[in-house]
Amino acid sequence: MSDTLNNGPVLAADGTPLKKSLARSLRVEKLRALALVAPLLLFVLFSFIWPIGEMLFRSVDNRDVGQVLPETVAILKDWDGTSGELPDEAVYKAFTADMLVAIDAKEHTKLGTRLNYEKTGMSSLFRKSGRKIKKLDLETDGPFKETLIKIDKKWGDVETWKVIQTHSVNYTNGYYLNAIDMQRTPDGVAVQPEDKRIMMTLFKRTLWMSMIITGMCVLLGYPVAWILANLPARSANLLMILVLLPFWTSLLVRTSAWKVMLQQQGVINDVLVWLGMVADDSRLVIINNQFGTVTAMTHILLPFMILPMYSVMQTIQPTYLRAAKSLGATNWTAFWRVYFPQSIPGIGAGSILVFILSIGYYITPEIVGGTKGVFISNRIAYHISSSLNWGLAAALGAILLAVVLVLYWAYDKIVGIDNVKLG
Amino acid sequence: MKFTKTLLATTALTMVAGVAGADDHMASEMTIVSWGGAYSKSQLKAYHEPYSAKTGVNIINDDSSAEAVAKLRAMNEAGNVTWDVVDVVAADAIRLCDEGLAMEIDADTQLADAPDGTKASEDFGDLLVSDCFIPQIVYSTTFGYRTDLVGDTAPTDICAVFDTDAYPGKRSLEKRPINNMEWALLCDGVAKDEVYDVLATEEGQDKALAKLDTIKDSVIWWSAGADTPQLLADGEVIMGSTYNGRLFSVIEEQKQPVAMLWDAQVFDLDGWIIPAGLSDERKARALDYIMFATDTQRLADQSKYIAYGPARLSSAPLVDKHEELGIAMAPHMPTDPENAKNTFLYNYEFWADYRDDIDAKFQAWLAK
Repeated sequence: MSDTLNNGPVLAADGTPLKKSLARSLRVEKLRALALVAPLLLFVLFSFIWPIGEMLFRSVDNRDVGQVLPETVAILKDWDGTSGELPDEAVYKAFTADMLVAIDAKEHTKLGTRLNYEKTGMSSLFRKSGRKIKKLDLETDGPFKETLIKIDKKWGDVETWKVIQTHSVNYTNGYYLNAIDMQRTPDGVAVQPEDKRIMMTLFKRTLWMSMIITGMCVLLGYPVAWILANLPARSANLLMILVLLPFWTSLLVRTSAWKVMLQQQGVINDVLVWLGMVADDSRLVIINNQFGTVTAMTHILLPFMILPMYSVMQTIQPTYLRAAKSLGATNWTAFWRVYFPQSIPGIGAGSILVFILSIGYYITPEIVGGTKGVFISNRIAYHISSSLNWGLAAALGAILLAVVLVLYWAYDKIVGIDNVKLG
Repeated sequence: MKFTKTLLATTALTMVAGVAGADDHMASEMTIVSWGGAYSKSQLKAYHEPYSAKTGVNIINDDSSAEAVAKLRAMNEAGNVTWDVVDVVAADAIRLCDEGLAMEIDADTQLADAPDGTKASEDFGDLLVSDCFIPQIVYSTTFGYRTDLVGDTAPTDICAVFDTDAYPGKRSLEKRPINNMEWALLCDGVAKDEVYDVLATEEGQDKALAKLDTIKDSVIWWSAGADTPQLLADGEVIMGSTYNGRLFSVIEEQKQPVAMLWDAQVFDLDGWIIPAGLSDERKARALDYIMFATDTQRLADQSKYIAYGPARLSSAPLVDKHEELGIAMAPHMPTDPENAKNTFLYNYEFWADYRDDIDAKFQAWLAK
C-alpha cells in the first residue's frame, strides 16, 4: 500500500493522477476561454475573413471558360496558334456542341463578357452568334467550320481562337498582369500599349498622395494635440469637442462643404477677390485637382491623427520638460531632445491610421479630385460596379493589401511596432 | 361510386380555392428599385400609387439603381435576390441579360397592348433593345448653357463645346468616354453616320481623344447627374452635359438663367428589368406590376412629373401639362420634333463591345 503511494504517480483527491487531472482542468479552462471569444471569432471569420478570402480568390479564378466550353478547351490545347492556321473541324464541332449546351443555360453571353475584357468584340460575337447557333443541329448541319464562319467571319479569324486558347486555363495570372499594366497574350506576357497604361500611375499616385496627406496631418495635428494635452482639463474638453465635432459629421457632407469652399465661384475665391488679392478673371483653381484631394482628405482624417497623439502626450510628465530647462536647455532643445522623442509613439500610431485609411479612400477623391487627384480605389470601384470585371478589381485590391502589409513590415523594421501607442 | 364522389368533391374544392385565391398566388409586398430624387417621385405618382390603390400591394422603394448591376450579381451569387422590379438604363439591362441576372420578357404576351390593339412589340418598336428590357422613358444627354455667360450669340451647335475662342470658360463633361467620343468626332469633321465606324478603329479613338485634348484644360468632369445643374447654377461652368430632365428642373423649376442646346443630343433608354430567380409568387407580382405600369396611359402619366418622353408610340399624343407648373410638357420632351432635329441614338452594341477597351484609354488619357 505504502509502496504504491511512494513509487506511483501522485494522485489527486478523486484518485486520478495529478498530472492528468491538472491537464484536464487546464483544458477545461482553455475551452471556456475559447467559448467566450468564440462568438466574436466566428463573426470575424464569417463576416470578414471568409468574404475577403473569397473575393481575393476571384483574382486568379478563371474556370468560366473551361466550364462553358469543356470539349473545345480540351481539343484546342493541341492546336498550334502560332502556325497561323485555323483549328480543324473537330474544334468547330466541339465548340458548336459546347455552345448548344451553354445557350440552353444562358452561359454563352457571360463567357462573351469575360472574353471581351481581353479582346474587344467578343461580347457581341457570342451574343449574336448565340442566336444563330441555337438553331443548328449537331447531326445534320456540319461541317461546322464553314457554318460558323458563315455566321460570323470572326470565327474564321485565328486571333479569336488564340484568345480562347490563351484564357482557357482554370487559374490565371491574367488579372494580376492587367493590374500592373501588363497583359497575357498568346505569345506570353507583354506590357499594355502605352495609351492604356494607367494602373501603375494610379498606384504610385495613391501612395505618394497618401504620404503627403499623412505628413500634412502630422504637421497640423501635432500643435493641436500639444495644446489639448497641456491645457487645464476644462478648456481642453471644450477644444476636444471642436476636434470631435467634424468627426461625427457625415463624410459626404464634409466633402461637399469643401466643394462649396474651394470652387472658383466658391467662398475662398470670393473672399480673395473681394480683398483684391486675386483678379476676378484669374480665380485660383484649387479643386478638381490634387490640391483639392489633399486639402479635403487632410481635414477629414485629421482627428485620426490628433486623438492618438493627444492620448500619448497626456502621459508625458511636464516635470521632464521643467527638469530639462532647469538644467540649462533652451525651449527648443528641451522640446526636441526630451518631449518630442516621448511623443513619437503617438505620431507613429496616428500616421499608420491615417496612411492606411487614406490609401483606401474613394468618395472624397471622386468628388474633389477631378482627374489628377483620383486614387486606385476609384478604379476598383469602377470595375466592381460598372465593368463587372471583379477579377481585375480583386487583383487590384490584393495588390493594395500586399502593399499595405509590406509598408507595415517596413515600418516595424524602421520605427518598431512596439513603439506605437494609442495612449 | 364513393370514389367518384370524393373525386368530384375534391375537384370542386380545388376549383373554388382556385377562384378565391386568384390573387393569392402573388406576393403582397414588392421592392422596386429606382434612381431616387425627382425621377422616383414621378414613378411614385404615376405608377406606384395607382397600383397600390388598385391591388393593395405594399411597395417598398430602394434608390439603388446606380449600383444595381453589381448588387444584383452579388445577390444572385448569394442566392438571395430581394428586389422584384429594377429600373436600369438600357446598357445595364443588356449587361444583366448577358450575365443571366435578368429574366427574359415576351413583349406581346407579358406587356399590355396599346388601346387601339397594337401589340406591345410594335408599340415599343426598336426600343426593345434587349430580351430582358421593358422600356419606360426616352431621355437624352444634352447640353445646357448659362444664357448670361456665353456672350451675345447663344450657341446653337454642339461644336460650341469645342470652341473655346468663341465661348471661353469651363464646360462640364461626363467622366466616361461614352457620348464625349462621339461629339468629339462629330466636331472633328466626321459624318454622323460614320462616327461608330471611325470610333471602332485605333486611329479614330486617337482622333477623338486629340479633339478632346484641345479643351481638356477647360473641362470639369462629372460623375453624378446632379453635378452639371449645380455647376451651372453656381456659374462654375458656362455649359455642360447632363440628362435633359435635370436641365428642365434647373430652367423651369428653379428659374436659373440656363437654356438648352438640343443639338446632337444622345437618346438613351431607361426601363425595367425583373431579376432572374424570383419565386413564383414574386415573379407573378412583378409581371402584374409591369403589365400595369408600362401601359399606354401610365407611361404618358409619368411625363406630367418629369421631362422624359414615354417609350411607347401610343403614349405620345397623351402627353399633357406638368402637374404642378401647369406648362405644356410636349415642347420639353427630347423627342419633340423641334428639339430632335439632330440626334444620336446610344449605340448599345458598339459600347457593349468597346466600353472596356475605350474606357481604359480614356482614363489613361485623363490621368495624363
